[in-house]
Amino acid sequence: MKPDEAFDAAMRYENRANPYPYFDELRKTPVVRVTNGIYAVTGYDELIALAHDPRVSSDRRKAHQPNAAEPQMIDESMVEMMTTYGRDPSFIASDPPDHDRARRQCMRFFGPPHAPDVIPSQEPLCQQIVNELLDKAVSKTRIDVVDEFAYPLPVNVICRILGVPIEDEPQFHAWIADAITGLFDVGPEITTEEGRARRAKGEAANLAFKQYVIGLVEKAEKSPGPGMISQLVHDDGPDGRMSPSEIVNNTMLLFAAGHDSTVNLISHCVLTVLRNPWSIELLRSRPELIPGAVEEVLRLQPSVQFFPTRSALTDIDIAGTTIPRGSPIYLIYAAANRDPRRFTDPDTFDPQRRDNEHVGFGSGIHICFGGPLARLEVNTAFEAFLRRVENPRVVEDPPPYRISQVFRGPRQLLIDYDRISPERR
Amino acid sequence: MNGNVFKDNGRIVIVGASLTGLRAAEALRGEGFRGHLTIIGDEPDEPYDRPPLSKQVLKGWVPADHTKLPRLRRVDADWRLGVAATALDRANRLVRLADGGEAPGDRLLIATGVRARRWPNAEEAALQGVFTLRTSGDAARLQAALAARPRRVLIIGSGFIGSEAASVCRELGLEVTVTERGPAPLCGPLGGVIGAIAAEMQRAAGVDLRTGVSVLALEGDAGGHVRRARLSDGSTLDVDVVLTSLGSIRNVEWLDGAGLAAGFWGVGCDAGCRALDINGVVTSNVFVAGDIARAPHVLYDYQFLAMEHWDNAVLGAQVAAHNMVCDEVDRWAHLLIPQFWSGQFGVNIKSVGVPSFGDEIMFMQGSVKQRRFAAAYGRRGRIVGAVTFNHAKWIDYYRDQIARSGPFPPPPPGFDFPEDMRVMPADFPPHGVPTEAPDVVVTGHHPSERHAEFHPRIRT
Repeated sequence: MKPDEAFDAAMRYENRANPYPYFDELRKTPVVRVTNGIYAVTGYDELIALAHDPRVSSDRRKAHQPNAAEPQMIDESMVEMMTTYGRDPSFIASDPPDHDRARRQCMRFFGPPHAPDVIPSQEPLCQQIVNELLDKAVSKTRIDVVDEFAYPLPVNVICRILGVPIEDEPQFHAWIADAITGLFDVGPEITTEEGRARRAKGEAANLAFKQYVIGLVEKAEKSPGPGMISQLVHDDGPDGRMSPSEIVNNTMLLFAAGHDSTVNLISHCVLTVLRNPWSIELLRSRPELIPGAVEEVLRLQPSVQFFPTRSALTDIDIAGTTIPRGSPIYLIYAAANRDPRRFTDPDTFDPQRRDNEHVGFGSGIHICFGGPLARLEVNTAFEAFLRRVENPRVVEDPPPYRISQVFRGPRQLLIDYDRISPERR
Repeated sequence: MNGNVFKDNGRIVIVGASLTGLRAAEALRGEGFRGHLTIIGDEPDEPYDRPPLSKQVLKGWVPADHTKLPRLRRVDADWRLGVAATALDRANRLVRLADGGEAPGDRLLIATGVRARRWPNAEEAALQGVFTLRTSGDAARLQAALAARPRRVLIIGSGFIGSEAASVCRELGLEVTVTERGPAPLCGPLGGVIGAIAAEMQRAAGVDLRTGVSVLALEGDAGGHVRRARLSDGSTLDVDVVLTSLGSIRNVEWLDGAGLAAGFWGVGCDAGCRALDINGVVTSNVFVAGDIARAPHVLYDYQFLAMEHWDNAVLGAQVAAHNMVCDEVDRWAHLLIPQFWSGQFGVNIKSVGVPSFGDEIMFMQGSVKQRRFAAAYGRRGRIVGAVTFNHAKWIDYYRDQIARSGPFPPPPPGFDFPEDMRVMPADFPPHGVPTEAPDVVVTGHHPSERHAEFHPRIRT
């Protein structure tokens, strides 16, 4: 199979439930040119090197502008989303020094050293939400893990942290879902009539979402309230205040990421143990292994499989390939995480894997901002699920998947179970 | 003894019970060594971590006895702590101990490291309030002295230990003077260009930094406590605490007469941690690792380098342990790209490679003004080292360039360019001539007779 074919197959929707054989195929050349001049990076060492290479930009404004006439020029809408709608992109799509400054400004209100308690203090809320969700399922014997278990937890927590009213959830949930479906589809289907309609819908949803966030920022300017949006608006830290468009774009980034990726990770944790029933007993009897099991799911099923922002600012020689200046680079975390040169038995789920330095949260300066929060949420949910849901079975395997290759996860995950045990009080 | 018999029944002695000794013991057990293992250490404490001593411990956050090293596995060793090794008898395969005992072994790992160089005037060094900083006990005593709020602290020498201690003094709000005989702090390991930045950091933090100045005398009061220092700039300082941070001395004295290539610069060994004898011939059963080891490095013209870094201790211990028990065809090489770090004046400093091997420097990323930057060191068109100030996230890029012997200047970054990106002289001081190195002479004519002998100079 030629690299283009393997890449296209990995991106195609029909392979969403299992793109991994195509990543294996691609990895025969760890850095390889594929469709549309994209350089796909699937080797672990090569990915780590490029993630730490200051010649690789995340600022799409510096990449070669894609040729609109060419079919499958799928990133165009993303470029638009990240640039046209705001003068200053979010920090995921910017380079140092702006990136470092913006990330620092956001971290001031999210983590150590200035805000060490923000994440740990969410734990009681996480416990409460997860147990309420399971309590609701007591009278049933079948649930959809995605909608009825995985989704409500992260959305409640991120709303609380950012200061977004949870009452608006039906509205923004639809916008974010449509935006991800329409704008983060980098596969061949986006050029079909249906795909173009999805993209148009995504662009409209993204614009509406943006208007909504602008409204939140303007409200916080007038009347300060709890949460990061208001803190960013009124920041008087050493780096000063971010520009309004940066506040809007970073809020959109944190909101969407904090809301979607965690859902996919919780769903994949459940799906993975249901596919490996022996592990349910192991993790129930030894709950201290759960954090390691979550890391192993992050390795096998990273919620962000790659992120299509990077490009080469100069010719880069790596692994026998020269990536020409201006080329888009896809660091495919999902592929590097199964590189047999790095991980023994890479396709095997081993919750006790000792050497598990995966790139499920990325690597380098763009490593996942919300990773520590995601770990808390997922560990809380997964532990409660394992402890309380008795004899869970997957109804349909593979489950139906969402459209996006970038933010990959089940659209629905139906499970049957015997009963749900009461929470120990 | 073939490999498996040795693994089951062999006897290994490790001299040195700090990071290298402990990690080597663990690695030996990890390699399947089931024989008798003896670990000898002159300090009474269990193996502990030293980097926090000049930082968190000195500041008072962490008690000095709370930096014990985590144990990675059971080592089932015969620990002889608080007893120094006094001699090595290679013919009889014995290590002689200060308590009169002996530790016999088939193979030996030398991991005795270094100690702090003391103030050369013994009477002045003995005054109360005059400290060195190397051991846990040193750190406990100095921390207590700082906690007693001295009027002024004098730090003699501004290498990493002196600079970190000065930083802690300022964080504690103590008046501190740092004297440095050279032109700037840190200029030995990082050169004068970086040293000038380090000097600015010290002065901005309120350190009374005096470069090109030495201390002529320390004077005590009637009670034998240090009270004054006379400086070569003609001034006199009233001080209650003096830290002499004058670098280190390798603990090789116990190897006198053992017939090894041991001296002022450490114990010579090959890149597989096997010790060299006095003639430069590799030995079979004596291994060396950690601060005291001195081995040829492929990236640095095969020059013999001693690397007093944490990662050198850990990785050297693993390689030495492996090579002590493996088959000859399976030997590993200790090909470390050394890294070290420091924390001072709110700045995280990291270095990779051997900056002092270079003679040129170029700022690559970030901003010197904002104290966040990466700089690369080069020699003859090749990158040999790099340093970052609050920019460690990029250091792996430079490590990879060094590992593959990449060009200097290295391929430039695509963003975040420093104010000034010229190649300039790195401004290292000239390499000092060791004053205590013994003379070595070669005697004999027939190849079977030719050998080297040390003729130590008489020290006054």
